[in-house]
Order: sequence, then structure tokens, then C-alpha cells
Amino acid sequence: MSDRLSRVFAALADPIRRDMVARLAVGDTTVSRLAAPYDVSVQAVSKHLKVLEQAGVVTRTGPGHRSPVHLEAEVFDLMTAWIERYRRAAEERYRRLDAVLAEMNDEPDSTNEEKKA
Amino acid sequence: MSQQIVSPEATIEADPTVPIIHIRREFAATPQQLFRAHTDPDLFVRWIGPNGTTTRLEHWDARDGGSFRYVSVLEGEFAFRGCFHTVRPDRIVQTFTWEGMPDEVSLETLRFEDLGNGRTLLHATSLCDSFEGRDAWLRSGMEVGVNDGYAKLDKLVADGAV
Repeated sequence: MSDRLSRVFAALADPIRRDMVARLAVGDTTVSRLAAPYDVSVQAVSKHLKVLEQAGVVTRTGPGHRSPVHLEAEVFDLMTAWIERYRRAAEERYRRLDAVLAEMNDEPDSTNEEKKA
Repeated sequence: MSQQIVSPEATIEADPTVPIIHIRREFAATPQQLFRAHTDPDLFVRWIGPNGTTTRLEHWDARDGGSFRYVSVLEGEFAFRGCFHTVRPDRIVQTFTWEGMPDEVSLETLRFEDLGNGRTLLHATSLCDSFEGRDAWLRSGMEVGVNDGYAKLDKLVADGAV
């Protein structure tokens, strides 16, 4: 699963592919329609699609430029879950920092405590 | 048990275009206090790492051009090290490496934004040197998140508030 997510991140590391994903989020479309706004060949767009397909971000229902391309929204749920767990680990660390800071607030003054005195 | 002021939870962004992790977190503390908690070795070891971690500082020189090395003990030992590039009351810039993946060196920038009224917004940015490195960090968070329960967390927070 982790390898798959790495592929998703890598697949989205390209501005054209991100733009394609944004447009596919609106609804399925064909390769030809996807290629239309870009100043690149249909072959280049097909290559981008292949990267997205291998990462599991999109699926194609058939060969050829007229078959619809479908966005697999479920991979983004996986990405979200992955990042959320990292966020929770950070949050956990920062709650411990909260506790340390709360104790600093309780100190009678903000000068360095004389621990060894 | 005293009432703990609950801060809004940390927010995170993993940029799809550059291998960056950006975390923001608000604290009920002044920038000076947050700075001290990040640079004073006695305070630092009390909060760094996942719950249940014991942190052993091997070296700690928190000033421009200084460096650090510490070992986190939690079901095994994990050593981290790096160099302090900038240590300033509003900003800390440092490199960071887990010795288990010594070629993955990230650049960490911490900014303490004064919100007034004794509150500070921490901006923590980690620029990793590859997407693979960044994603490995994100995965490590996943494992910690799975292993640690909220009950443990609540207890530690409560203990600290006493």
C-alpha cells in the first residue's frame, strides 16, 4: 500500500497531471478532450495518463482516444488517511509540548530557574 | 486536576509538487517560551518524539553553526542528528537526519509567529531531499499513529498539567 501511495505522490508531482486530475474530478472525459487545452501532443497526454493509471489514480474503460477516463477518488482517501496519521503523531508531540509550556507559565517569573540552587 | 487550555489541533500539508511537509500549530505560550522549549536541552527532551519515548541527548549546541545528536528509545533505539544553521528567537533553521537513513537529510525551518495575548503560531516546514524521503517520513508517522492510543496521550497531558 505504501508503494502505491508513493506512486500517487510521484504521479501528482507534475503540473499537467495535477490539472488533468482536477478536470477529471468534475467528471469522466476522453483522452482527446483531456488533451485539448494543452500545448502538447496527444501522445504526450497519453504518457501522462499512463503514469496516472499506473499509480491507480485513473482508469480507462477501453483503448483509444475516445474511451472515457475515470478518476479513482478512493486513492485520495488513502493519501488523506496516511497524512492524517502523521499529523496525529505531530499533534501528540505538541500536546506534550503544551504540558511543558504550561509548567513554564506556572513559574513565578520567566528568569531561568535555579535548579541546582 | 486543573483545566487544560485546549489549543486547536495541528494542521498539516504535504505539497504534491515539492517534497515538503508543512505543519502549523497554535500554542498557549509566548514565542520566547516556545523558543526555550526548542533550545533548552532539559525542556526539549521532555516533549520530543512519540508518547512513551525516552530521549537521550548525546550532544546539544543550540546556536548558529552548532549541532545536535539524540537517541530516542521506544521499542529500540533511533538516533537523529543535524546542524543548527540559524538559532534566533523567532526562527530556527536546522538540518535533520535519522541515522537509519543517513542520505535523507531534511531542512527544517521553524517560525514562531506571535499572535499576542500569550499565544504563538508555530510554522514547521520540513523540506526533504526527495519524495521518497518525504513519504518515508509520512509512513513513520503512520506507524506511530497506529501504535499509540489516545488514552496514553490524555494521561501525559493530564500529568503535565498537574
